[in-house]
Amino acid sequence: MSELAWLGTSLASARPRAVAALLRYFRDLDLAEEAFQEACLRALRTWPQTGQPRDPAAWLIFVGRNVAIDTTRRLKKQEPLPPDELISDLDDAESALAEQLDNADYRDDILRLLFICCHPDLPATQQIALALRIVSGLTVKQIARAFLLNERAMEQRITRAKARIANGQVPFETPSPAERAERGAAVAAMVYLIFNEGYSASGDGAAMRAALCEEAIRLARLLLRLFPAEPEILGLTALLLLQHARAAARFDADGAIILLEDQDRTLWSRSLIAEGLALIDKALRHRQPGPYQIQAAIAALHARAARFDDTDWAQIDRLYAGLEALQPSPVVTLNRAVVVARLNGPAAGLELIEPLAPQLSGYFNFFGVKGALLQQLGRDAEAKVAFDHAIALANSAAEAAHIRLHLDRLSRPAPERGQEQETTRPLSDPGSCGRP
Amino acid sequence: MLYAILCYDSEDVVGAWTKPQEDAVMAKLGVVRDELARQGRLGPVARLLPTTAATTVRKGRDPVVLDGPFAETKEQLLGFYVVDCASLDDAIAAAQDLARASSSAGCYELRPITLFHPGTLPG
Repeated sequence: MSELAWLGTSLASARPRAVAALLRYFRDLDLAEEAFQEACLRALRTWPQTGQPRDPAAWLIFVGRNVAIDTTRRLKKQEPLPPDELISDLDDAESALAEQLDNADYRDDILRLLFICCHPDLPATQQIALALRIVSGLTVKQIARAFLLNERAMEQRITRAKARIANGQVPFETPSPAERAERGAAVAAMVYLIFNEGYSASGDGAAMRAALCEEAIRLARLLLRLFPAEPEILGLTALLLLQHARAAARFDADGAIILLEDQDRTLWSRSLIAEGLALIDKALRHRQPGPYQIQAAIAALHARAARFDDTDWAQIDRLYAGLEALQPSPVVTLNRAVVVARLNGPAAGLELIEPLAPQLSGYFNFFGVKGALLQQLGRDAEAKVAFDHAIALANSAAEAAHIRLHLDRLSRPAPERGQEQETTRPLSDPGSCGRP
Repeated sequence: MLYAILCYDSEDVVGAWTKPQEDAVMAKLGVVRDELARQGRLGPVARLLPTTAATTVRKGRDPVVLDGPFAETKEQLLGFYVVDCASLDDAIAAAQDLARASSSAGCYELRPITLFHPGTLPG
């Protein structure tokens, strides 16, 4: 790996902790960000000569704070800064600082930073955009691409979110244990949504959105270090790893969707699956089930099946039933219907989704599933209507192309369809973390 | 004399490697490993999953299972066993057997292995 790549990785991984500490100090998102940027520039100049400091985040916090104080002239009588070279490694200044920044301190900083982005006054998309900007350091352009918006619109959205926080009297004090648990849940939901943005992607934006999945996994691992014994955080991390393990197999070279049953399972990432299975194993020992753990357990059953035919549908159905009980949602029921159709035939699946129509009238996957089930029952005319609805609601070219494939099959004479028709499965990936 | 070479690094940094970065590092390490193997000097090689996947079993009359990574830096890593286990519960049972057999204080940390080469050294 080149030296610059090493530095880049190191700076990115120090970012949440450093920005969080600078924010605690300055209580101003923009100023904290600028201070971090400046510290990074200095690091790029200094570290190649002196070597990377033992604690890069502490170095960046120290330099960033001094630089910002210096430039804003908040303090008139400033001690002259020591040259950066003198505060690199094993230096007294740094070790004293590292001691100040004890674990509890910076842990709460990151939590606070993530929590500010999760401010309940902000709509979910603004929360995610702000978190990607502040915590992950993605550029406005990258975020705009991920949300399929133009850069200007995204810039406005982030500026608005920042202004709201500035006016919103966001508390900066250390959260109590009870608040911590609540905040942890809000932050976990945000990480889940960031992942979803990436996971739902296909076609054009796929590469950029895959980066969102990786970022979500990085944040989940960070959260896991803050809450190492929290079963739901273990479950969330496991879920993201297991879902992302299939990334290379989910689309063909042209960006077309490949269904779970047709995926080349040798393309699944064994190392991500191993880590995901280890984490869900650990989570389930707590005997405190939660929505993320159940979704991860479903993903784990898919990951454990060597072939599609080995899938333990009965167990997956039981898990979906548990998920429905814990977190009733039409999207969960829709996914369960796919499993029920596997177990008890398409009519049973259809029966389960019919009551969902009013709630899911704008959801692409609802019409995709409905069309496929009707098609399996030979109700071609109704299937076509459902597929036409699905195309109208498709979020990407790949989704629309996939539904068109179904429509092509419908227009072919019946004998030709034969076996192929039986294996036609709805688009919705069982175990996927879809949302309406 | 056999030496164990234990690898320590920042999980933040290693965990944030991109696939190409990861592949580049593993390829470079592979060259060194192949050379040691060619000389007949290589024993088992293992890579552990991150400490977030770790479980700790405390020694004592009734070995206690703790969650989360083993974070007490005062206790040094003395060596390790590689045991084939069907599940975390099996691994914990094996560690508890070891803990009962051992009279000293301390603990065992259980870390799933993500990469394993048995090596070519004769026992």
